[in-house]
Amino acid sequence: MTGFPWLTVLVVLPLAGAIAVFAANERSIKVTALAVAVANLLISLPLWWLFDASSGEMQFVESARWIPSLSINYRLGLDGISLPLVLMTTVLMPLCILISWHSIEIRMRSFMAMLLIMESAMIGVFTALDFVLFYVFWEAMLIPMYLLIGIWGGPNRLYAAIKFLLYTLAGSVLLLVAILVLYFQGGQTFDILQLSQGTYSHSLQFWLFLAFFAAFAVKVPMFPFHTWLPDAHVEAPTAGSVILASVLLKMGTYGFLRFSLPMLPDASQAFTPVMVVLSIVAIIYGAYMALAQSDLKKLIAYSSVSHMGFVTLGLFMFNIQGIEGAVMQMVNHGITTGGLFLCVGMIYERTHSRQIADNTGLTKPMPRYATFLVIFSLSSLGLPGTNSFVGEFMILAGAFLWSKIATAFALLGIILAAAYLLWMVQRVAFGVPDPHILPKLRDVNLREMITVVPLVVLIFVIGIFPNPILTRMHPSVEKVIARVFPPAAEHASVIPRMTPFTPSVERITAPTGPMFSQETKTASEGRP
Amino acid sequence: MIYALIPLLPLTAFLILGLAGRHINARAHLVAVPAVLLSLALSVGAFIEVASGSVISLPLYTWLTSGTLDIHIGLHIDRLTAVMLLLVTGVSSLVHVYTIGYMHGDPGYARFFGYIALFTFSMLMLVLADNLLQLFVFWEAVGLCSYLLIGHWYERASACAAATKAFLVNRVGDFGFMLGLLLVWYSFGSLNYLDIFPALHEATEVTMNLLGPFGGTWEVSVFTLIALLLFTGAVGKSAQVPLHVWLPDAMEGPTPISALIHAATMVTAGVFMVARLAPIYNLSPTAMSVVAITGAVTMVLGATIALTQTDIKRVVAYSTVSQLGYMIMACGLGAYASGMYHLLTHGAFKALLFLGCGSVIIALHHEQDMRHMGGLKDKLPITYWTFVVGSLALAGFPLTAGFFSKDDILVSAWSSGDLGRTLTLLGLLTALLTAFYSFRLVFVTFWGTSHVDPHHAEHLHEPSRTITTPLIILAVFSVLTGYLGIPSFLEPIFQTGGEPAVPHGSDGLMIMAAATAMGLIGMAAAYYVYVLNPDLPERLARQWGRLYRGSLNKWYVDEAYDCLFVRPTLAAASKLWKHVDVHVIDGTVNGIARAITWGGWLLRLVQSGQTQHYALAMAVGIVVLTAYLLL
Repeated sequence: MTGFPWLTVLVVLPLAGAIAVFAANERSIKVTALAVAVANLLISLPLWWLFDASSGEMQFVESARWIPSLSINYRLGLDGISLPLVLMTTVLMPLCILISWHSIEIRMRSFMAMLLIMESAMIGVFTALDFVLFYVFWEAMLIPMYLLIGIWGGPNRLYAAIKFLLYTLAGSVLLLVAILVLYFQGGQTFDILQLSQGTYSHSLQFWLFLAFFAAFAVKVPMFPFHTWLPDAHVEAPTAGSVILASVLLKMGTYGFLRFSLPMLPDASQAFTPVMVVLSIVAIIYGAYMALAQSDLKKLIAYSSVSHMGFVTLGLFMFNIQGIEGAVMQMVNHGITTGGLFLCVGMIYERTHSRQIADNTGLTKPMPRYATFLVIFSLSSLGLPGTNSFVGEFMILAGAFLWSKIATAFALLGIILAAAYLLWMVQRVAFGVPDPHILPKLRDVNLREMITVVPLVVLIFVIGIFPNPILTRMHPSVEKVIARVFPPAAEHASVIPRMTPFTPSVERITAPTGPMFSQETKTASEGRP
Repeated sequence: MIYALIPLLPLTAFLILGLAGRHINARAHLVAVPAVLLSLALSVGAFIEVASGSVISLPLYTWLTSGTLDIHIGLHIDRLTAVMLLLVTGVSSLVHVYTIGYMHGDPGYARFFGYIALFTFSMLMLVLADNLLQLFVFWEAVGLCSYLLIGHWYERASACAAATKAFLVNRVGDFGFMLGLLLVWYSFGSLNYLDIFPALHEATEVTMNLLGPFGGTWEVSVFTLIALLLFTGAVGKSAQVPLHVWLPDAMEGPTPISALIHAATMVTAGVFMVARLAPIYNLSPTAMSVVAITGAVTMVLGATIALTQTDIKRVVAYSTVSQLGYMIMACGLGAYASGMYHLLTHGAFKALLFLGCGSVIIALHHEQDMRHMGGLKDKLPITYWTFVVGSLALAGFPLTAGFFSKDDILVSAWSSGDLGRTLTLLGLLTALLTAFYSFRLVFVTFWGTSHVDPHHAEHLHEPSRTITTPLIILAVFSVLTGYLGIPSFLEPIFQTGGEPAVPHGSDGLMIMAAATAMGLIGMAAAYYVYVLNPDLPERLARQWGRLYRGSLNKWYVDEAYDCLFVRPTLAAASKLWKHVDVHVIDGTVNGIARAITWGGWLLRLVQSGQTQHYALAMAVGIVVLTAYLLL
């Protein structure tokens, strides 16, 4: 490990940048913010090569005592699961700043500062190795996001902002309780790695799982806790939507993977049927919702519910294909959905409408824009050759080992995804534009090109060469699997040849233990 | 290694056109045509190498590894691939040349060339694949190209709708393909053909209980399941019943791509897939019967619809559906070589017919309705004569390529058991219908009196040489491919150590005679109806009104799907959103918020801040407490 404090720099630099933005003079606000975000991106990139792909341990670990009397430490680290997520965040931030260049009309200074504070907190969440530190970052994300929606949002912004805040806060409170319980049960430590090694009684795991679930399921968002998402997206400014969809939603699935699975392996197993059912419902239900939307942002918001259903499905398969597919899908969803929201933002800047019916026939006046929209849509519907196919395919493969029927249902979501996205493309990109809006439809300019082209490149690079990401992920994911479901790890690495259909039957019945009947109830009523 | 260039050249052309198309525009063909011609030359080289008996394997790179999911991208060239390479690069080259004339002056000239280059790349990678996932990836990629090209004229609403429909219908098929693919991986731990095929015999006894999760018992052979699931994909891609509905609509695309994608190459991918996976299909008689019957139904259905269509491209499109049915039926009866043979000859003559249609369409300034044509044979002699050659081949006229290949299918079918015999009879019936509708097309379009718009009739002339040359070359191949010994070239691949090729003998001669007779009767009938008695069709249509309208409206399949799937799905989506999402779920959330606010308001009443209220409450409390303690 090099002595350079990579992760601290990544967390602190944007924060310092936010202060610099407050101090900067009126004309250099945007440039300062952009420079900070780009600098953070450049600092994060070497991690990709410095990262030791053969190790599943935390790397670039930094440790300092913070509140020794409670054994709270400042500890950051990175493994194969958080590495791609951190990089995705640093890639997206400059794009978010660029897309807000002209679209933010009031309080530019605070806006840019909020974006940078957001970046600090998000990187902090992905790298924290101390539970208290994690919780601080976790809660710290809420405030800038609340302000982003509440100040720079659309007409109904206050409702959406408060809904977002209360929804997530309600979950977070239970998370805090769970953290405290773990502290006392796990040997008076907040060290995440140490807590991940401990063993806890079944009933404790059960309650802790529910508490974690409350926090993470709201963030993902899983059905039926998703209704804050469309509202938040519709009201949020473009950059807010991008951060929300691309990074914030990943916090939930990251939480499941980092905490629920390794700390509560027995409860995770026991809850698998519930999680699978909720995931599949989210996949299909979200897709149906997307079909019914006439507002572009709502359509993409519901498509996120559907796509995140794939992620939770993959996570709870406890095999390497499922979990790696889930992490891939987190990154891919960030790239693709981020791109879609950027596209919506661009058209909103021109026509001041997000209604599909108001934005039609864009290919003729805006050929480049249409090309980007089509590429992001194709990626979102999981076309092979694009990034999303990799993640979806791996999740489906992982799911197939567990249950063929679940896989078939999840596949239905892929058909529906093609339906709502292509129907949207058909209406928005093709056809003849309304002559009234025609003068407003100038094609994508250089600044906007710079915001979307990196994502387009990533879509194809990951789609065609996914292995470099996966090789960095293998050891870390194997570690989680070994922790959660030791027999599953064997299943994942050795498919029993020629006796194909026995394991799945065992696995379907195995988790249906005595806890199952209670869980279905709690899962359906567990709303604050 | 040089053979990796076969797909890479068109890919390079696509990348150049995609990135710099704006600057190249009218010179786009200078990039695309040489690339695909070079590919053709290399394919010929590969063909010669493979014909001498060798198999070329060319691993490229590792796509992804995750546990046992280990997928490599690679090229595999055996005899089956080699003939497909020739077909794809050959037809693609001709279509590229044809496009120079056909799309001249189109604002999307470079884009069009870019997409057909991308298509050529994808289709080549599809046939070159050495594993099922690569096949699937490029299976989707050709579907994407088809989508983009059908919607080439994106300002036309019907073209966009057709493009979306094509993609969606194929997605439905791919649902099964994906499950089949996962089942193969699950059962064999690999997706490589060369790993799967040798391992097949180990699993002949493996069955899967389909009703297991529901507590029932329905044991199905894993091969039947794999074969049928994968076949679902073929049903979509090769436009078989019940997923045939997208192909006729796909005619909204420019005619060169109808010839290349929707006749000669992409739509035959399903047939190719079944032939490629013959070792799997051979192990499941159930699946084979399903394949054969699906093919036969499609064959008859397509022909009956083609009888009455008035758009020339749609006639040819339904004829494609019908001919694909022949090929699939042949594969289902185990006659893979015959199916592939027909695939190749059909590739030549159907591409010819489509390009001929295009020549007519462009001469008439984008008129496609047969009723506004007629008497074109003197004005467009090259188009006419080549079109006649193509129609003769389609109708199975003796000594054309179509005659040999169709005959090969029927003879093989006849000698493959009871099901085969029944289906042979259907095949003969379809041969009659085929001959009838193809010559109806010839007579109505090229013979008789002219119904051409007088504006265009004056300066009606043969299109440019880039259009007519491909027609002539394809006309030659529509005859020549019958004499190249293709079935015997392909037969060795499908020999799995089972029984040898079917004995032909006198039955063979009888079928051949019957098929020839059917073709001639059909042609004669068309001559009688459309040349000798031009007012007969209308009378027939009136007399058989119900049948006529059924055929004209494609047996109302589209309408049925609209009622059964499309509208209910959209309605359900909208209802679910309004009632469940907005009312129930969000209603609950807002309800909780309101309940809390209301609770807060109630509690606030208590805290009035007035001392006498508190004193009263205290007094009441004391009374209640005392009462409780006393009682």
